[in-house]
Amino acid sequence: MEQKSTQDYLKAIYGLARNGDLVNTSEISQKLDVAPASVTEMLKKLAQDDYIKYSPYHGSTLTKKGLREAQHVARKHRLLEKFLSDVLHIGKDKVHTQACQMEHALSDEAEESLCRLLKHPDTCSDDGKTIPACDLPFSSCEECIKLHDKGLEEVGKRNKDLTPIRELKGGKYGKISFIRGEHKVLQRLLDMGLTPGTRIKVVKVAPMNGPVEVSVRGSKLALGQDIACNVFVEVESIDSEG
Amino acid sequence: MSCHPSANPNGSAADVKDGKHLTFALAGNANVGKSVIFNQLTGSNQIIGNWPGKTVDRAEGTLSFEGHEITVIDLPGIYSFSTFSMEELVSRDYVALEKPDAVINVVDASVLERNLFFTLQLFEMQAPLVLCLNQVDVAKSKGIIINKEKLEQTLGVPVVFAVATRGDGIYELVGEAVNVAIQKTKPKHLKYRKDLEEKIEKLKQIIEKENLQLQYPPRWIAIKLLEGDSEIAKMVAEKSKVTADSAKVIAQELESRCQEKCFSIIASERYALASSIAASALQQSEVKSTFSDKLEWVTTHRVLGYFTSAGVIAGLLLWTFFIGNGLSNLISSGLSFIKPIDPSLSTSQPILAIILNGVWGGFNAGLTLIIPFVIPFYLLLAVVESSGILTRVAFMMDSAMHKMGLHGKALIPIILGYGCSVPAIHACKIMETRRERLLAAFAITFAPCSARTIVLFGMVGLFVGIQWALLLYVVDIAIIFALGRIAMKAMPGKSTGLIMEMSSFKMPSMKVVLKQTWTRTKSIIYVVFPVYIVGSAVIQALYYYNVLTPVSNALSPLTVGWLGLPVAAGILLILGIVRKEFVLLAAVAIFGTTNLALYFSSVQLVVIALVAMLYIPCISTIAILGKEFGWKATAAISLSNIAAAMLIGGLAFRLLTLFH
Repeated sequence: MEQKSTQDYLKAIYGLARNGDLVNTSEISQKLDVAPASVTEMLKKLAQDDYIKYSPYHGSTLTKKGLREAQHVARKHRLLEKFLSDVLHIGKDKVHTQACQMEHALSDEAEESLCRLLKHPDTCSDDGKTIPACDLPFSSCEECIKLHDKGLEEVGKRNKDLTPIRELKGGKYGKISFIRGEHKVLQRLLDMGLTPGTRIKVVKVAPMNGPVEVSVRGSKLALGQDIACNVFVEVESIDSEG
Repeated sequence: MSCHPSANPNGSAADVKDGKHLTFALAGNANVGKSVIFNQLTGSNQIIGNWPGKTVDRAEGTLSFEGHEITVIDLPGIYSFSTFSMEELVSRDYVALEKPDAVINVVDASVLERNLFFTLQLFEMQAPLVLCLNQVDVAKSKGIIINKEKLEQTLGVPVVFAVATRGDGIYELVGEAVNVAIQKTKPKHLKYRKDLEEKIEKLKQIIEKENLQLQYPPRWIAIKLLEGDSEIAKMVAEKSKVTADSAKVIAQELESRCQEKCFSIIASERYALASSIAASALQQSEVKSTFSDKLEWVTTHRVLGYFTSAGVIAGLLLWTFFIGNGLSNLISSGLSFIKPIDPSLSTSQPILAIILNGVWGGFNAGLTLIIPFVIPFYLLLAVVESSGILTRVAFMMDSAMHKMGLHGKALIPIILGYGCSVPAIHACKIMETRRERLLAAFAITFAPCSARTIVLFGMVGLFVGIQWALLLYVVDIAIIFALGRIAMKAMPGKSTGLIMEMSSFKMPSMKVVLKQTWTRTKSIIYVVFPVYIVGSAVIQALYYYNVLTPVSNALSPLTVGWLGLPVAAGILLILGIVRKEFVLLAAVAIFGTTNLALYFSSVQLVVIALVAMLYIPCISTIAILGKEFGWKATAAISLSNIAAAMLIGGLAFRLLTLFH
């Protein structure tokens, strides 16, 4: 319940905010059909959790964290709306309520697939509202399409501050965060010891876009550029010895 | 050679009881020395090389040990029992289904952790196991010392230290393997972390309950199902839908709990265990800088590395050329007291002509032209192969090879192609996809193999000038590159990237190098020599009875009109399909002299050598191409070879006449 209402509030504030204006409590109360007193209480809680900046009598704005969360929910909501109306041909009047209920149950994975299924839509079909971009580390939808058309998979976890080992210089150390590629290639890399969390050293990079030689678990591997740009590491800042 | 097919590949249990017949399999990562151990055990001459993936098919041999007849199987080197390559599939099916009496897991002592990852999979498979820690001397020089007792205790299987190249530890290894085979000791169950082990156990129980009647151990099937192994999943789904479905559910549970793909969880867990076992057995590990590190620096340096690569490629050719030339002159002057070929014979005494000009001519040509080139080439190739420099060349040339739709590893079979196309095309199996194997094989059909080198030397090197012969080599490499690019465009698809272990440098063992050279030379002497002699006699006879002229005449529009060659060239090129050397040998037989300059102009010699280098794969090469890639692909390769040869030969003729 808790999560649902947090998401609903964030979505409401996101929807009501125009040009970064403050959203006042009564607007939220109206939109969510909740008593103003309850809204105030919830807003304080959201402010505590760093989702919004709340100033009594003035209104609320989303923080960076809140905005990210709200966009994520809004994205799921609008993707679902588009799916319900365009693919399932459900009446426009029912689409919004249904999407409201479904959005909380939609996993991130399903969201990503839905986005691909709908061919990366940027706006809702009924009201033309923009569908926020995904926060997955694709530089573009084309990259996402390309990645999935090739039947690529990934292992490990995407953290921030990741660098593909292709961009590392010889002598740098890093910890493997995630790898993407075809299933067979991933299996091979794992088998060779490049499992997520493993510390590796870039020994050298061959010139002219040549392969990268890494040292892992006491062995040395040469990885072609096309593979090296899909192996992401957290770089260790200090070039430690050993 | 003691290699022979085993009469009883299953090594049936009844035989084991008698203490008579046992089957051992050598398994382990690529390039850890399995073939060296295999040769030590069986006295075979399995080719050894310091590059991963050399043993592409399994080899078999036998040995006798304390009254036991033992069949030894050398499995190809693999890193895992997944389905990345055919080798992995074949090896796992061998271990699981043929059930050898003992599996000798050969492990590179310097890279214990990575090797144990595979060892753990042999544990999963419940294979009766002996661990052979090979190259302990190299490990020691790197500062890696392993506690044997500790490792034995942790794993619960016998561990033997070995330096296989010297034969150290081999006797002990066989003794331990015999013990394991007779006592049928199965390795203990090494446990993974709790949550994973629970899921495996849960699935294993379902598999046991469903009684799938599969040859593989239930726990191994459970692990493979969780990993999403497509082969096993298919096999199980056919037998029991319940198992297949529960496997999916359990895998999903695990994935959502760990927020990670199952195959990654399992690989990570195996490595976690391998790492802790390796750490507990490691007595000392201080990485020392060794001589090989300095070699490493030179061979993969951003500038020097290219020189080394070019040096290896050019060096092999130049060495063969110049040493071959010297040896050839030496032998010819030694044989000069007999004047073998007498043109006047061909008209007066046919039988004498066939024997003297044909048989003796063939023998003479073989001795003076073939042997002097083949021996030095194989000698240097053995040194290059066992040093580990080939992987460095592959590393440096990777980006160039991408321009031909291949990656660096493809250079290894292509360099082997300098010797003979047949083993080189066989070695294409180290490439991952059929498309890459085909592209590499296509490039190999244009590579200057030793037979073509002989033609080049005997025709161009001797009579036009050595610099022209060398120039043709360079032209050939350029042609390979250009045609490779065209072939890449003709065969759309993307290439897998390079994933290659950089094997460490090794000082080539003199014994291994000599043995290898002899093994390869021997096959030339025993198989090819008789063919030359008989072939040469047959050509002489055909020539005498005038069978060749109509064929030559029929081909003359092409040979004379387009390529500007003498009429007889048609028959030379036809015979060259049997073996490329015949282009030269037949010329000698037909014209009745080794001084071909009397019958060919310089331009004609260059053109015929160029055409011979490109025009069609020889019969043996066509046979192996057909076997590996099917007849359609083989026909396409052969036809494109002919087209390229005709086009380039005709252009060369016109260009050369222009400047001459």
